[in-house]
Amino acid sequence: MAEMLSGGDMLIRALQDEGVEYIFGYPGGSALHIYDAIFRQQKIEHILVRHEQAATHMADGYARSTGDPGVVLVTSGPGATNAITGIATAYMDSIPMVVISGQVPRDLIGTDAFQETDMVGISRPVVKHSFMVRDAAEIPAVVKKAFHIATTGRPGPVVIDVPKDTTDPSATYAYEYPSEVNLRSYKPAFAGDRTQVNRVVQALLSAKRPVFYVGGGVIQADAEEPLRALVKASRGPVASTLMGLGAYPGSDEQSLGMLGMHGTYEANMAMHEADLILALGARFDDRVTNDPNKFSPKATIVHLDVDPASVDKIISSDIALVGDAQWVLNTFWEAYQEQESLRDDAARQKQQQDMEQWWQQIAQWRSAHGLNHNLEPKKDQSILPQLAVQTLYRVTEGEAFVTSDVGQHQMFAAQYYHFDEPRRWINSGGLGTMGFGLPSAMGVQMGNPDAVVACVTGEGSFMMNMQELSTCLQYGLPIKIINLNNQALGMVKQWQDMQYGGRHSQSTYSDSLPDFKTLAEAFGHVGIRVSDAMELDAAMEEAFSEKYKNRLVFVDVWVDPHEHVYPMAIKGGAMSDMILSKPQEAAS
Amino acid sequence: MRSILAVLLENEAGALSRVVGLFAQRNYNIESLTVAPTEDPTLSRLTLTTSGDENKITQIRKQLDKLVEVVRVVDLCESPHVERELLLIKVSAQGDARQEVKRSADIFRGQIVDVTAQTYTIQLVGPSAKLDAFVKAVEDSGVDATILEVVRTGVSGLGRGDHVLSL
Repeated sequence: MAEMLSGGDMLIRALQDEGVEYIFGYPGGSALHIYDAIFRQQKIEHILVRHEQAATHMADGYARSTGDPGVVLVTSGPGATNAITGIATAYMDSIPMVVISGQVPRDLIGTDAFQETDMVGISRPVVKHSFMVRDAAEIPAVVKKAFHIATTGRPGPVVIDVPKDTTDPSATYAYEYPSEVNLRSYKPAFAGDRTQVNRVVQALLSAKRPVFYVGGGVIQADAEEPLRALVKASRGPVASTLMGLGAYPGSDEQSLGMLGMHGTYEANMAMHEADLILALGARFDDRVTNDPNKFSPKATIVHLDVDPASVDKIISSDIALVGDAQWVLNTFWEAYQEQESLRDDAARQKQQQDMEQWWQQIAQWRSAHGLNHNLEPKKDQSILPQLAVQTLYRVTEGEAFVTSDVGQHQMFAAQYYHFDEPRRWINSGGLGTMGFGLPSAMGVQMGNPDAVVACVTGEGSFMMNMQELSTCLQYGLPIKIINLNNQALGMVKQWQDMQYGGRHSQSTYSDSLPDFKTLAEAFGHVGIRVSDAMELDAAMEEAFSEKYKNRLVFVDVWVDPHEHVYPMAIKGGAMSDMILSKPQEAAS
Repeated sequence: MRSILAVLLENEAGALSRVVGLFAQRNYNIESLTVAPTEDPTLSRLTLTTSGDENKITQIRKQLDKLVEVVRVVDLCESPHVERELLLIKVSAQGDARQEVKRSADIFRGQIVDVTAQTYTIQLVGPSAKLDAFVKAVEDSGVDATILEVVRTGVSGLGRGDHVLSL
């Protein structure tokens, strides 16, 4: 006989049956029956944040780093609205997440009751789907559907809005968790079209200047293995999006690093000059293509995406592959091996020559304007933010999980830290959410308790969610925060320097910054401050030393406030149109 | 390019708001919209007219298809189809104008469904263009007839012959 449970207990039991480890949340009136159900069980640990936005970013970091959906619980009204930024962040980057929000009792809905807000309505444009529980008995089925939708196809956040009276402990229902779910209106694409795959193989085998343009979809689908095999076998270069870093090893010679607005010179030039672009799990974002009308004029475009609506949305593809990236790339790899083996030696040799020429060209671009990864600290000079990231890379041996916020520091981290594994680089690419770095690092650390987790941030972004330092102490999260402190909203300032005649409208606040070292200490953590380039190494070594293995360390790195991020795409141009350095530097 | 999208939708609370929200959110235009449950009470059928170039219409269809509650989408304009819209129009007409308005209604095969000493209420069914033409005919009739009120249902439609939109 089925167990009799209240709505609140069914909700938590369903999460247990779904295999949920952690709930990131914050209690409040409408969610209290659910919180009581949490109290009376041991399987799921609830992480109490200090602000609901942080709960969503924690769940997000957990999801990005582990591949499992993140789970959030908030109360109605302000609890729900505070969660919106984090939901939108997850939506833009297609991150699986289930957000449970308390709601006022059903008979009060629509009366402007205390802490009432239309959560299904307010979240609609930024969720993959949402549910309002209309009847307590449907809770297990709703939870099952929510996880199914959040994790399949193109993943995304799903909201379950739960009116308080449906979780009332006084009414019980026969609990049974559905073993499967079948939604007639939701059938995400999985298997791709083999004929199309064969066409792509032929295109790759005959390409003279191919580029693998790799996006976050490859990471989402855990498809790095067939990707790596294909890249190695075909000897093609890899240009990664901000979201795709790590799908292919960043330190490998075939990696051109990141492409796009602040991508490397060689990646952007290769994209522009390519005769074949294999867009894999990438969506031709405007931060990548620059002017779509000038995008890669000579290339045959292959586009792999799990979401049919992404294909031909910005750039028309010559060959479309709609399906799960893992399925498609595995099939692609098999077909590649088969057809490659059928080639005669002449064809093979011909392509080898073509590829050698292509790599010679790329090597020229690299040596002309590639990033310098061997920066040296100079005496009596301020710390270059790029050097700080390079030092972090060396000290962590390239193996840390790195989260970031949004701005210059984010681009420096993406440019100078080589990610060799997927799911190691965690940042808000689509929405560009400041305040994401610290809470997402917390989620990463929860999901990967033994890993080294670094948050590369800036003082502006950090202050948007710094209250979570308290949560870090409560749960003993030994995150290392690398604060690239330029005493300004660096990216805003850079744009103002470049496009607004250096008028720094509302982008500086250097007279009012807190002493971050003391601030970290006040929250019970370790604070280190470094402003001398010659002391950077020692400070970074100390932060990651055995001594502080179990402590959160805040490294306040005072960096050169005048530094800009380069290369930078010239607005309205092609991908090959880039500004490579400050004008006066270029002239000198 | 005008497009008539026929959409089968789960008949659930909030489903319609997702469709309408999608159009607002992505800056697509809705020219008309009708919706009602079908013979299967778990399904609603929605007919939506919009316009845009081919890429835009394709993108609208794909985005609609992405909504979890949308079961099927077809563009009726891609193949032979029947489209109908219903118009109710209230016209103030006196003297000679009464005959003229009635004559126009007859020509367009409209029905007078309500009448007072000063007004006619006329019902007309047909493709949108025919309804437009009738309204214009009354406006331009040259007699003392004034349109007081117009209400239109928006387009409903289905494919001709064997074309069937179902599960």
